[in-house]
Amino acid sequence: MTLMDSFKDLEYSQAMESDAIAIEWLKKNKNRFGQYIDGKFISQKNAKLIDVTSPNDSTLLAKIETSDNNQIEKAVEAAIRSQKSWFDMGGHERAKILYSLARSLQKHARLAAVLETLDNGKPIRESRDADIPLAIRHFYYHAGWAQLQNSELSEYEPVGVAAQIIPWNFPLLMLAWKVAPAIAMGNSIILKPAENTPLTAMLFSHLCHDAGVPNGVINIINGGAETGATLAAHPNVDKVAFTGSTAVGREIRKSTAGQGKKLTLELGGKSAFIVFDDADLDSAVEGLVDSIWFNQGEVCCAGSRLLVQSSIEEKLHKKIKKRMEKLRHGRSLDKSIDIGSLVSDTQFKRVNSIVNDGLTKGGKLFQSGCPLPKNNYYPPSLITDIDSSHPLSQEEIFGPVLISMSFRTQSEAIDLANNTRYGLSASIWSENINRAMDVAPKIKAGVIWINSHNKFDASCGFGGVKESGFGREGGKEGLYEYLKPKKFVVGKTMATKKAPKKHDNSQIDRTLKFYIGGKQVRPDGGYSVPVYNSDSSLEVWVGSGNRKDIRNAVSAACKAEGWNSQSAHNRAQILYYFAENLSIRKNEWVERLQINCGLTNNMAVKEFNESVSRLFSYAAWTDKYDGLVHNAPYRGVTLALPEAVGVIAQIAPDLQPLISCISLIAPAIAMGNRVIFIPGISNANIALELTQVIETSDIPPGVINIVSGDQNLLAEQLAGHAEVDSLWCWTTPSTVSLIESTSIENLKRLWCNKDNDRDWLIKKQSEGLEFLRQSTEIKNIWTPYGD
Amino acid sequence: MDNNNSILTRNPGTEFRSDVFSKIKINRSAVEKRCAEYSARRSIKKQDQAAWLMKAISLIDLTTLSGDDTKARVKRLCRKAINPLNDKLVKNLSIESLKLSTAAVCVYHDMLSAAKKSLEGHNINLAAVSTGFPAGLSPLPLRIEEIKYSVAAGADEIDIVISRRHVLEGNWEDLYSEVKSFRKASGKAHLKTILATGEIGNLANIAKASQVCMMAGADFIKTSTGKEPTNATLPVSLVMSRMIKDYYELTGYRVGFKPAGGVSDSKTALQYMIMMKEELGRRWLEPDLMRFGASSLLGDIERQLDHYSSGYYSAHYRHPLA
Repeated sequence: MTLMDSFKDLEYSQAMESDAIAIEWLKKNKNRFGQYIDGKFISQKNAKLIDVTSPNDSTLLAKIETSDNNQIEKAVEAAIRSQKSWFDMGGHERAKILYSLARSLQKHARLAAVLETLDNGKPIRESRDADIPLAIRHFYYHAGWAQLQNSELSEYEPVGVAAQIIPWNFPLLMLAWKVAPAIAMGNSIILKPAENTPLTAMLFSHLCHDAGVPNGVINIINGGAETGATLAAHPNVDKVAFTGSTAVGREIRKSTAGQGKKLTLELGGKSAFIVFDDADLDSAVEGLVDSIWFNQGEVCCAGSRLLVQSSIEEKLHKKIKKRMEKLRHGRSLDKSIDIGSLVSDTQFKRVNSIVNDGLTKGGKLFQSGCPLPKNNYYPPSLITDIDSSHPLSQEEIFGPVLISMSFRTQSEAIDLANNTRYGLSASIWSENINRAMDVAPKIKAGVIWINSHNKFDASCGFGGVKESGFGREGGKEGLYEYLKPKKFVVGKTMATKKAPKKHDNSQIDRTLKFYIGGKQVRPDGGYSVPVYNSDSSLEVWVGSGNRKDIRNAVSAACKAEGWNSQSAHNRAQILYYFAENLSIRKNEWVERLQINCGLTNNMAVKEFNESVSRLFSYAAWTDKYDGLVHNAPYRGVTLALPEAVGVIAQIAPDLQPLISCISLIAPAIAMGNRVIFIPGISNANIALELTQVIETSDIPPGVINIVSGDQNLLAEQLAGHAEVDSLWCWTTPSTVSLIESTSIENLKRLWCNKDNDRDWLIKKQSEGLEFLRQSTEIKNIWTPYGD
Repeated sequence: MDNNNSILTRNPGTEFRSDVFSKIKINRSAVEKRCAEYSARRSIKKQDQAAWLMKAISLIDLTTLSGDDTKARVKRLCRKAINPLNDKLVKNLSIESLKLSTAAVCVYHDMLSAAKKSLEGHNINLAAVSTGFPAGLSPLPLRIEEIKYSVAAGADEIDIVISRRHVLEGNWEDLYSEVKSFRKASGKAHLKTILATGEIGNLANIAKASQVCMMAGADFIKTSTGKEPTNATLPVSLVMSRMIKDYYELTGYRVGFKPAGGVSDSKTALQYMIMMKEELGRRWLEPDLMRFGASSLLGDIERQLDHYSSGYYSAHYRHPLA
């Protein structure tokens, strides 16, 4: 082609980034990688090998060795051995090493980018401009938290040994999201990269070596899903952090059930991309390019569900189709392309079959006519004429496939956006700030982007709700995933059973009913159980609940959603009123605590006073547990808002029944949640007697629901109920195990504790931020501005 | 569909329709994000780059708009417009047959006759800035007369300035009739309307002013006079090109785009050209639909082409001054 031809055509150039640097690095490592354990690169001659191929052209890049159980064991041992001294080294020393890791990654940024693109198939532009810089920023950012840990997080200590399992869509970035906060806070880790994209993790292991990370703090092992499952289930692993598909997330939940491990799951999504009639439509179309056609749509938070206001539907579709024609597909190392290759042949087939199967049930497919290279290149696709019941509008496709539905009103947009099992992210396109800020809190998702999509930064928490998982990565909120409160010194919390005063047996025989939806109701099954006093005399009968009582309680709690939209000031007023009404019944309660629990007068007075005080504390917190404004590098603000989790079920301890009941219910309702409270059976009457105080305190029906009975049975029902958003428990390991395995399917948030892990009378152990954090989910709302 | 050489039908304008622009929304952050991507998403290298830069030359309105302009100065400018690249370079590139020149020479009215003489026999348009350029605050009848004077003096194109106050005060209908009267006065000469984007507030105003000017019959919409504190920028240009696209879809008429001021090197010029190709298509990379209002851009392009041809960077002084 002559210059004159080029002058006539004015085409773009194919601008191939050279892969020489990466090929050379692979060669230097003999195109084979083993494990990185305890600071050593371990290779085994007879290891089972996995081929790592480039999805671009199926060339073999390297072989990795699958780690065997013995190696997993060694990695865990090394992590345990190194963890304490790593933490004890101090924040500043750890900060220096994280900083050095960031610098080191920066120095090798180009190698990392090329390696990532070869391995994953994503465009070099994205690995160069997004994946690698964001990963580097993560290490810088968390170096800062290591430095500040001692002053800002002195009440916490590291969880210990973390197993981290990462996916193939952003290999190095996901590594950074996991590794940086974990080691910054003084944990040691064992990371397992995805078996089809392990190469940048292998590069990272070499950088760790050079950056002076102490042996054993970072261990990287290779292998498939089985290796991941074995690692996650290892009894000496304290924390499991996983990013990947919801199906594998369930597997991990299953393999760790009964272990009471701290868990972060960042799973799938079917995020809504909501375009209102007052949006900048051309910008919204570009937003879709950043959203569903970023990383070939292999993004958990891709805006894969377009919801468009009907009045502009036709116009927007036209614009989208025009824009799709301009998208360029091509070899991933070409700098002139928008969309590269899917990660593997398997993924290509998967996307293809989901779309083809889906289309048999209706829907109109539009694909751009851009010429495609061979191999795993899937064309950008738009599917219209489908509705919410269509499988393609529910199922995560994980490819460059956008589906579109329309809505008539703002409230319908919200309903449609929330009509999914997932709850990872959403974007809202509107130039009306009133509308955008009104809709953002109403979408059930962890991340909301206003007039943008797929913005990320280390300073802003990322993570989902519902079946998109739980826990946050990034920001201060993400640190708590790798921290636990410093160990409590628990004294004798059980009251000694001194002979109580004789109870007045002349009073009328009583059976305490449940409290559901603001009414005292009899147990569905008609069963009751006795509650005895500390001297073994009968105090009272209480109902024994079953599945239907739980169903009714959850339903009442769901209906009371309005509680959350009341102003914090109002909720605080009601909590103060609750405290006021409780305090006037002091004599009655002190007597009850003595007789029922065998407390001395002093102890009973103390528990009572402390209970009133605790209600005051949470009334105080109600309008003071503020969010944060994150300082991300863009013109705008990211609001990190603590939002109510929703419906929280609480399996309460037997001990200290009044103060523990108040300590659990108060923070939850203060933050706008509704509660289903299951008291410990031996003192169940205490919570049920509180009903009379609750009823007189203006607490709306359904906000607090109390069901007594066999905790194990009720816990199982609650764990399995999809409308219970979170479950807290202070109970026996066997019940924890039951809860964890029952909630595998619905991936419920759990907060499991041993029943005697703290003294509820001691503020530091039983009141404050830990409880407020469990009562809330942080939603990050990205709000760019500028006119 | 997009034949590069298709003959352009002049935009006759439409009636005034406020519904077309009253609801326009522009999100600055999203616009800026898009602008930052053009050169990251599209590469133009080596021979392609040389070709695009040659094309850029053919899009230039080589301009001098200074108080100290003289006949001699304008003559020199016209020579450069006719021979934008030195003969040796043209030969080395083997593009003699192309007879590459700039699209136009752009001057004040009083320089028209000198320019016309210098350009005689060459296929280069003569453009005059008009209507009380740059502020546009002289009496309307005089501004209209000025256009007629320039057309009579041989101007092929008239670059008018709009009354910024009509935009700032929201008098869209006044803006419409003003531009319409300019269009009428310019007759056969093509009308480029300068929005003075640095002086009309925000991107939404720029979008609305673009629409109103096109309705009033603009052949081109142009960013700036080169005299405002901020001249052409990519975000402003993206908004204007999106409006051109909308107008085309609505009416079927293609309107041209001219960024002016601030496009002074090859890299920037290429960004604008990529933007045009992405937003509007290949057809908009021809001189009847795109121009660069520039004076120093040409020198930089010449050096880049010299580099392409020789492999080494040339010095400014080795290329004739514009």
